[in-house]
Amino acid sequence: MKQKLLTALLIVVCFILQCTVIKALALASISPNLLLIVTTSLGFMRGEREGLGIGFCCGLLMDIFFGRLLGFYALLYMFLGYGSGLFHMIFYDEDIKLPMVWIALSELVYGLSIYFFMFLMRSKFDFGHYFLHIILPELIYTVALTIVLYQPMQRFNDLLDKLGGEPLRDYYKTSGSVGQTENKTEEL
Amino acid sequence: MKKRNHFIIPTKYIFAVLAGLCVVLMGISYSTGLGGGALGTLSGYVFVPFEQGLNGVGGWLREKKDSLEDLAEVQTRNQELQDQVDELTMENSRLIQSQYRLEQLEELYNLDQTYGDFSKVAANIIATDGGNWFNTFVIDKGKADGIDVNMNVIAGSGLVGIVTKAGDNWAQVRSIIDDMSNVSAKTLSTSDLCFVKGDLQLMNEGYIRIEELKDPDNAITMGEKIVTSHVSDKYHEGILIGYLNELSQDSNNLTKSGTLTPAVDFEHLHTVLVITDLKQTVEE
Repeated sequence: MKQKLLTALLIVVCFILQCTVIKALALASISPNLLLIVTTSLGFMRGEREGLGIGFCCGLLMDIFFGRLLGFYALLYMFLGYGSGLFHMIFYDEDIKLPMVWIALSELVYGLSIYFFMFLMRSKFDFGHYFLHIILPELIYTVALTIVLYQPMQRFNDLLDKLGGEPLRDYYKTSGSVGQTENKTEEL
Repeated sequence: MKKRNHFIIPTKYIFAVLAGLCVVLMGISYSTGLGGGALGTLSGYVFVPFEQGLNGVGGWLREKKDSLEDLAEVQTRNQELQDQVDELTMENSRLIQSQYRLEQLEELYNLDQTYGDFSKVAANIIATDGGNWFNTFVIDKGKADGIDVNMNVIAGSGLVGIVTKAGDNWAQVRSIIDDMSNVSAKTLSTSDLCFVKGDLQLMNEGYIRIEELKDPDNAITMGEKIVTSHVSDKYHEGILIGYLNELSQDSNNLTKSGTLTPAVDFEHLHTVLVITDLKQTVEE
């Protein structure tokens, strides 16, 4: 329960930062996507179940305040959170490089989906312009912010572990082995 | 632990159910224009106070920064301004006379239908769309202050956008530079109808697109004022949108399109006015 409350608090704080302060960090009017970092990195660390939940909450908040269709962002973020959990099932590495590659990929999926559903569908065909001016800069900026934020996210994950045991993962039932997030703080 | 595991629904089912829910929600909100309803109201009460707080802090910092910068300038400019005051006092008395004449003429021509007649509510911008694709923002007034969907939003003398969603204490505004915005407009001097569309590709250059302008006599010049048109069913007539920047013939040889510079500085927008009168339309 404490875990859930703490995670909810993190989402709320990040959402508020995303829609107020982050614009001040914008370079050439491109701002990084904080909510995507939270969704994918927590999904990556805590498995697809929690990634799914966190992504759904983040997306729903975006939908309520800024969305055009209720549910679009929720579906997108949920997909990314779930995907990160599954990705983690295949590769686990304590190293920061792999999550960074994954977050870059998630950003790409995010940008491409928004372009496809919100712009291509309204016959805006100049993909090159959108890719070079929106998708790519946002991707680079978000990955750069990830370098700064990944360690605090890992600490947050350790805190969650301490509060409520291991995260629930479907595949542990089959593999039977539990325990992977220990000994991380020592390395930092 | 084993027993607990027994009762856990596999995540893929949760994923499938939630994904289905999202799709259904999208369908519903597309067909009925549902904007969150109770969820919006509830989250409004959670987030708006924080956003207002942060906005307050930001405003305070901006004020401090400005006042420090200003202090040095103020002294040097004081002298300049004093000279200007003398000059302007003379000019003012002249203008008061013309104003009086103008008022008389306006009365004569029944031309006092400017936006001064609308009832307006001032609101602060407390949150902007965090992404880079759209240009919507949230203001700190909502249904409780009489704001509702489709109300026009202005700042200074120009059109900012339109309210697209309203909660109890917040409202979402889509600005006219947003890619999905489409405003029916006309040129001020010739009353030729056209459409003003936001465009993400032009947004960074500070322009908006103008399309389907019929100008058979080539009478329209650069810098022409573009205002909202009388045929729009959402926007009040005669609100300034911007100034014509560039115009070229379309390939159909009938209409022209180009770009215009908006009258409002969207980069430094902090407060806006919401016109709380909805445009009167004929009931069907």
